[in-house]
Amino acid sequence: MGEDRRYPFCEIDQEECKGCGLCVASCPAKVLEIDQGKLNSKGFHPSSYKGQGCLGCGNCFYTCPEPGAVTVYLKGYVPEEVK
Amino acid sequence: MARPAVLRKPLGFVGRYEHKPGAEKNRTHYCPGCGHGILHKLIAEALEDFEITDRAIMISPVGCSVFAYYYFNAGNLQVPHGRAPAVATAVSRANPHAVVMSYQGDGDLAAIGGNHIVQAANRGENIAVFFVNNAIYGMTGGQMAPTTIEGMKTTTTPYGRNPLTDGYPMKISELLDSLHAPVFIARTSLHDPANIRKTRAAVRKAIQYTIEKKGFSLVEVLSMCPSNWKMDAVSSQEWIRDVLIPVFPLGTLRDRGSEAVEMKRPVPTFDPAKVREVLGVGGGKQKALARRRVDPKYADPSIRIAGFGGQGILSAGTAIANVGLEYGYNVSWLPSYGPEMRGGTANCSVKIREGSIGEPEATQPTVVIAMNRPSMEKFEQILKPGGTLIYNSTLIEVEPGRKDVETWAVPITGIADGLGNTKVQSMVAVGAFAGVTGLFGLDDIKGLLPAMFESEAMVLLNEKAVEAGYDYVTGMRR
Ligand SMILES: Cc1ncc(C[n+]2csc(CCOP(=O)(O)OP(=O)(O)O)c2C)c(N)n1
Ligand code: SF4
Ligand code: SF4
Ligand code: SF4
Repeated sequence: MGEDRRYPFCEIDQEECKGCGLCVASCPAKVLEIDQGKLNSKGFHPSSYKGQGCLGCGNCFYTCPEPGAVTVYLKGYVPEEVK
Repeated sequence: MARPAVLRKPLGFVGRYEHKPGAEKNRTHYCPGCGHGILHKLIAEALEDFEITDRAIMISPVGCSVFAYYYFNAGNLQVPHGRAPAVATAVSRANPHAVVMSYQGDGDLAAIGGNHIVQAANRGENIAVFFVNNAIYGMTGGQMAPTTIEGMKTTTTPYGRNPLTDGYPMKISELLDSLHAPVFIARTSLHDPANIRKTRAAVRKAIQYTIEKKGFSLVEVLSMCPSNWKMDAVSSQEWIRDVLIPVFPLGTLRDRGSEAVEMKRPVPTFDPAKVREVLGVGGGKQKALARRRVDPKYADPSIRIAGFGGQGILSAGTAIANVGLEYGYNVSWLPSYGPEMRGGTANCSVKIREGSIGEPEATQPTVVIAMNRPSMEKFEQILKPGGTLIYNSTLIEVEPGRKDVETWAVPITGIADGLGNTKVQSMVAVGAFAGVTGLFGLDDIKGLLPAMFESEAMVLLNEKAVEAGYDYVTGMRR
């Protein structure tokens, strides 16, 4: 899936996510949403990234209370396999 | 070190939360939308960026963040409710190179620990305090905290906090700002990304000043508790913005970081001779008594001494521990303050070791000294097989139940009475202990008495008591 990513990119670990929605509210580009159609193993509807439009602002990363739920690959990020 | 072009879980967190019980090692225990997690992330990021994970020490409180030690890749201590500043003080004084952080909720810091934080701030301890103000007791289910705002409903203020009965919301940052010593005090909030970034800056500043040994920093963070506020996470952020901030205005109350210089406290010294002198043991002399040859069965004893309050149980224990110390052993003395104290009984544990002592409580004693019947019945149960039971046969008319231990019936109270003072029964017991175990020599103990008792008459009386106990058991042995 790495190949067709455009950076900046926001990656949500949906298992770690608790569906609180804080990231959604924090996103200026409105590219995050709570996925009502999905339930993770803890019974939360997780957040998901629409796949494009991320500005790399980092708001969701700093707003998310779960340490590992959000990863934001900033502009200029070079994936390992390309290096 | 330049950060990679990715914002990911900071290395100030451990990868998997191995200390967290249960199968779920990748998620925190916090409720969805809880502010604790956000603040944790800001701190963890600073630990990584400042490259201090190997010398940062996080003191976790009691409250929802009691388990902060599951998460931080740092030294971790979890301490009793409200006492984080006291423990942080000790850690930072003992190891000035450590970067010590105290993490506390508003119940913890402002209620039960109110005095601790004031004193630590006033001493200008070199610590960074992260103070989570969510205006409520989170962990225990939403009781009023000192920071609960007027009119706010909690389980203990069901009609809303009324200042006439419950007082006013306590502004801790302002309160501490009246003190001379603190270097940095700021109040920030987690209600939107811009303010989370301001919190981030304050967190980093507090840690920076601690690294630079500039003294006391506190960051008060207004933080969401969606569960007890009974709101969703986003509404909780709005509630902070609209309702909490008007009561707790944000901003830097004090930043004296640029004037503050590295704090150089006097280097603590450990002078055993001085300690002995102050405690009045061994009269300040440094040389240990010559060790005696001890039957292996009595070596390294774990001792439990028990009886009525007033029988000198605790002082018999201190005497034995002090004598052990004079021989250069490691010793510990631990009085029991259980509920049984109120029933008029007392007990203590003493350990005397060649090597180091782990747990000071004698949970499986090798020697029990029982001064009354309930104590014998209770503590002979936990005596190690092959151990030694010395019991006060004046007051205990029954035989011990255990057959797999060595028993010594010594009329301890009677002997003391014979000397004209029942109070010296504790020293009779000490003499009996020395006689049975051979751990201490009679003359050695006698030589220590002048340092233990003030008047010459008491020294003489206690000399007789020790000797009587000693002679009684050595006479039995013959
Ligand atoms: C000595 C002691 N007293 C009371 C308690 C019960 N207790 C546990 S957590 C807590 C309050 C925690 O509130 P706060 O410090 O605001 O932290 P939060 O849970 O909101 O993060 C209390 C009173 C305790 N554990 N120990
Ligand atoms: S980094 Fe900014 S723009 Fe990108 S998803 Fe997160 S909040 Fe939205
Ligand atoms: S802020 Fe974190 S936990 Fe909350 S919905 Fe977004 S990703 Fe999930
Ligand atoms: S009860 Fe409140 S403070 Fe505690 S974890 Fe839940 S949201 Fe956080």
